[in-house]
Amino acid sequence: MNPQTILLYDGTFDGFLCCVFIAYEQKILDPIIRKESQTNNQLFTITEQVITQKEKAERVWAGFKEKTDPTEQKNFFKAFLSEIKGVENTLLNYIRSVFVNQVNKKNIDFSNKDILKISQVARMVGREKHRIEAFVRFQLIKDDLYVATIAPDFNVLPLIIHHFQDRYADQKWLIFDIVRKYGIYYDLNSVEIITFEDLTGINTKILKNSYSDQETDFQKLWSIYYKNVNIKSRKNKKLHLQHLPKRYWKYLTEKNAI
Amino acid sequence: MSFDRIQEKLSILADAAKYDVSCASSGGKRANQNKGLGNNTGMGICHSYTEDGRCVSLLKILLTNHCIYDCAYCVTRKSNDIKRAAFKIQEVVDLTINFYRRNYIEGLFLSSGIFKNADYTMERLINVAKKLRLEENFNGYIHLKSIPGASDELMREAGLYADRLSVNIEIPTVSGLKLLAPDKKHEDFIKPMEKVKNEIIQYKTERKIIKSTPRYAPAGQSTQMIIGATGESDRDIMYSATYYYKTFNMRRVYYSGYVPVLADNRLPSLGTEVPILRENRLYQTDWLLRFYGFSINEILNDSHKNLDLDIDPKLGWALRNMHLFPIDVNAADKRMLARVPGIGMQSVYKIMQARKFRNLDWSHLKAIGIALNRAQYFITCNSKDFYKKELSPITLKSKILKRSNSKYKKYFDNQLSLFS
Repeated sequence: MNPQTILLYDGTFDGFLCCVFIAYEQKILDPIIRKESQTNNQLFTITEQVITQKEKAERVWAGFKEKTDPTEQKNFFKAFLSEIKGVENTLLNYIRSVFVNQVNKKNIDFSNKDILKISQVARMVGREKHRIEAFVRFQLIKDDLYVATIAPDFNVLPLIIHHFQDRYADQKWLIFDIVRKYGIYYDLNSVEIITFEDLTGINTKILKNSYSDQETDFQKLWSIYYKNVNIKSRKNKKLHLQHLPKRYWKYLTEKNAI
Repeated sequence: MSFDRIQEKLSILADAAKYDVSCASSGGKRANQNKGLGNNTGMGICHSYTEDGRCVSLLKILLTNHCIYDCAYCVTRKSNDIKRAAFKIQEVVDLTINFYRRNYIEGLFLSSGIFKNADYTMERLINVAKKLRLEENFNGYIHLKSIPGASDELMREAGLYADRLSVNIEIPTVSGLKLLAPDKKHEDFIKPMEKVKNEIIQYKTERKIIKSTPRYAPAGQSTQMIIGATGESDRDIMYSATYYYKTFNMRRVYYSGYVPVLADNRLPSLGTEVPILRENRLYQTDWLLRFYGFSINEILNDSHKNLDLDIDPKLGWALRNMHLFPIDVNAADKRMLARVPGIGMQSVYKIMQARKFRNLDWSHLKAIGIALNRAQYFITCNSKDFYKKELSPITLKSKILKRSNSKYKKYFDNQLSLFS
């Protein structure tokens, strides 16, 4: 029995595509692709560190693009961002089934379990993206900066940049992912990715004494508005929670009334 | 601004506006121009949800709840003894901009009680929208109410700043309107709708020739009907709705279960439960008509005047048309697939794609996500194993109901025991 190969990569999308490249180049049949940050405790395996090289990644992506349509490409990237354990291997299987097929841009084989799985995971990530776009609550602090912190289930920051850049083009803003410890910052010109070196121990709530003058007033107004649009005789707790699961409440000004 | 006073106004005028159910912020498509504020991608976003499960997408307020009319169904009617308030134009602008910048809302939905006369009121609504667009360079969503009886001139202007315009017909029939809103004329509702529809058509045609023609109400118009205030049947309501969709190219007709807010002997008494389930069935019917290729007389007609409450309207239709089933999912056309209970349009799409690669069996269908508890009795697939027994519609119905976990089940448990 051949020992199974584990390919470790740096966690980036390019890094993952390089693993695909290596799997093809070295004809590794059943590799396990994994982020290097995830520890290995399996016996009888060979571990190989994959170095991210832009050219290799681009070659794989170009090949994939040739045989798929833009929606499938987007779904592929979204599924990758899910960071669900083992999603890399589903993606590899998916890419394999794409490469063996003739160019067929018209139809998607939803009866193939990997393809269906990727489309379902992409949907989950898409839903989270949409929710974050909805539930981000900016707080205006001194220096005219609108700040929001989020803790999304999936790594959706790369997906929401466009939305916020297009929408809030005339204000400075920062959205910070406190789970993954990085943020996107718009300085009125472009969006940059920023990291804070040591975030452990820093209070992730934005401090009230850094608020701009009217911030508290507008938060209060919003809470009042929220309270008054509710129709009591139609109360439906189950539906409420279905649309607004409790894990998102921590972001919401209206759920943390001052 | 004085925040205390604004707080009070906001609570009064948000409270009065909440019975308008429209919260759509989609279909606008407005790009952010010159690095201004906001955009509208055409996809709506619900920024929050109230405890009744309805979405909060827009700042939905009245400009004022002073009103010269005395419509029985309305909280702000003249004779109702409530606190009155009015926003200044600048206050609405400031609220909208500051809420929008914090990502609370997609935009503004501004309605109003009618003070002085229709034109005076309409003009004020337009001024708010105008200020937002021209002074604040605001490209978010704006929904303005068309005030019944407003002049053509004003309606033309309104559409240049608003994404959507709506007039609420409120009472589905002319006779009902006469009873509950004696001072309002049916024609006054129709006139602005007609005007908006014609302007939309005209601007669209001109845009094809001259690209720089401004867009007129890009998210179209909508209307709303109150359900259960007067004695209309579901058939009356849906035929009215179809009429508005067809005649005025409505984007949406909303159905709003009547919430008893006032004691009036022409209306259901206070404490009557809001007909939420009926409202839900009407929306389902609306969807079947708009997206599933059904025509109204298939679902509601002279011999079938009201929708079943215990099952959805598609299942109801299928049970009345058992001779059309079962169908083969690997061969049926799109139209027929969409008519199978338990198969939604998403699943129709996936089935159509997947079956080009192989014949689908039950496991594929299950993975794709169709509701087999209903669908299994109406389809065959690549399997010898399918439902062969001839069942009468009534036995089949109770069989499906027994296995289903409808959120409305509690209402029907008593009735079910009759069949089992």
